Amino acid sequence: MLRVILSRLLQTIVVVFLLVTFTFFAVRAIPGNPFAAEKATSPEEQAALEAYYGLDKPLPIQYLNYWGNVIQGDFGDSLAMKGRKVSTLISESFPVSLKLGILSLFLGMGIGIPLGIIAALFHNKWQDYSAMVIAMAGICIVAFVLGPIFQLLIAKPLSLLNVAGWNRGSDIILPAITLCFGVAAYLARLTRGGMLDVLSQDYIRTARAKGVPTMQIITKHAMRPALMPAVTFLGPAFAAIITGSFVVENIFLVPGMGQHFVLGITSKDYNLVLGLVLFYGILMGIANLLSDIALIFMDPKLRNS
Amino acid sequence: MTSTAKTLPADAASIEKGSSLWADAFLRLKQNKLAMLGGIIVILILILCFIVAPILAMTGMDANAQDLTNRFAPIGEGKGGLGTDQLGRDLLMRVLEGGQISLLVAILATLMTVTIGVIYGGIAGYVGGRTGNIMMRIVDGLLAMPFLIIVILFREIISGHVDDLAKILIDDWGWNDNTVLRFANLIPLTIAIAGFGWLSMGRIVRSSAASLSQQEFVEAARSLGLSHRRILFRHILPNMLGPVIIYATLTIPSFILYEATLSFIGLGIEPPNSSWGKLIQEGANFLETNLTVLAIPAVMFSLTLFAFNFLGDGLRDALDPRASKD
Repeated sequence: MLRVILSRLLQTIVVVFLLVTFTFFAVRAIPGNPFAAEKATSPEEQAALEAYYGLDKPLPIQYLNYWGNVIQGDFGDSLAMKGRKVSTLISESFPVSLKLGILSLFLGMGIGIPLGIIAALFHNKWQDYSAMVIAMAGICIVAFVLGPIFQLLIAKPLSLLNVAGWNRGSDIILPAITLCFGVAAYLARLTRGGMLDVLSQDYIRTARAKGVPTMQIITKHAMRPALMPAVTFLGPAFAAIITGSFVVENIFLVPGMGQHFVLGITSKDYNLVLGLVLFYGILMGIANLLSDIALIFMDPKLRNS
Repeated sequence: MTSTAKTLPADAASIEKGSSLWADAFLRLKQNKLAMLGGIIVILILILCFIVAPILAMTGMDANAQDLTNRFAPIGEGKGGLGTDQLGRDLLMRVLEGGQISLLVAILATLMTVTIGVIYGGIAGYVGGRTGNIMMRIVDGLLAMPFLIIVILFREIISGHVDDLAKILIDDWGWNDNTVLRFANLIPLTIAIAGFGWLSMGRIVRSSAASLSQQEFVEAARSLGLSHRRILFRHILPNMLGPVIIYATLTIPSFILYEATLSFIGLGIEPPNSSWGKLIQEGANFLETNLTVLAIPAVMFSLTLFAFNFLGDGLRDALDPRASKD
């Protein structure tokens, strides 16, 4: 257990370090500068701004300064949104993304896992085929097609839900449903694969031969190992949903982290992009760790090793 | 001798022909109706976008010709019969030319992915040992990075340089600016997607190269004194064709999806060019006034993803029956 946590921690540190290093030099290699878009900025004013934000120093110095600040908990100021700290922007948008991410993940699990189990139980029968076609639909009819369809079919005629925005509690429903389909689709495929694998094992045949009822075989014997591939997928999927939901945020005007990232890139807000990427790397590490720990609890072989 | 010769059939035609792996696989593929349907749709879409669209363009249909007197024409009207968009542009031409860009990006990026993945993974698997391990560690490290974020950053960097290059080509060399601008928009995205998209291909190729290079026929080739290059290209690569083809077919739809996602959030294909993602994004703005502007590119896009995925799954079942469980 401790070894798993430590090795995941080490891996996260390496990944975050590489990620931030790459991003640091990558954003600065994008042609243009963060202050060029501002109205009537003379070269002198631009130089003053650059000096203020420490962008006039040589790159290696800037790089070391950045790490120095990060270690002290300072992600720097946003270059595009004057007077706002990157940490404030993240702490405002993260709860929104987290809420949306958790809800859609649970919805996705609620749809995907039962679908996968049904498909495996009725292997090569119509239930299997229809479940897999539904799963394929979840992969192929992507968020930016689904989102507008939901807006048109659900939000408009019902008029209970807002088409877009983030003012009422119910505003989370449509984006969460839109986001959950992709997760559900992958979960269904993974669960089906895992279940089929387990059902062909000898110990399941033994249980059948003993006359254990099918329902009990599934819940008591097959379920836990069958869900392992799905659980492995959940960790990275969770991290990806939280920061990678640019599209859904864009459609439903959700004030989450994705929009900051897109804006940060287009306005060359170095600090904002770096802060988000750093945060994302850490989040990914935590999500992976959680799924590692869940796997240890599910698999006795891992627990004892 | 004579008696055994008599029992053999006299004419060669009646001798049961052995079927090759590929013929066998094709037979299995033909039985999979969904995969065949997918394959047919893929071919139809490719014909529509790359043969029919250029012919229509030659007859004078223009995806960018605006007609403000004829905006939001419904299906059945307009030159192409699919109506017009918010600027009166013909939707049929727009969706076909948008598809050209989407497919071009995905197919080019997949070809790059196959090339890099096969060379890198092949070497890592064949050489093995510590070098192979280090090579795969690098792949693992890169795979742990958030894909879309890295691709976005990478594209921004490349696109600045490509824009400069395009300017030189147009101003100094007098190249046709429409074509150059189109490619200047398309190439950075393709390179960025392929630049990080080849990693899984590299992994798959490595594992099959590693297991192949342990087998007897490779050992035999080695003991015959064949060069490494010959063993790699004549003996190992041909035997990996199956997994590579399967994975490449499944890579195309995922790249179409990445292209569309990036174009949708405004960090991919930019006007005046368009792709399915860009068209869907534009269409979503007019959801309340006119549905066809969104529906037509959305249907084409989703249909293409379906077709490629079913074809890819079918190919996997056909070429690798053991793996067909999931």
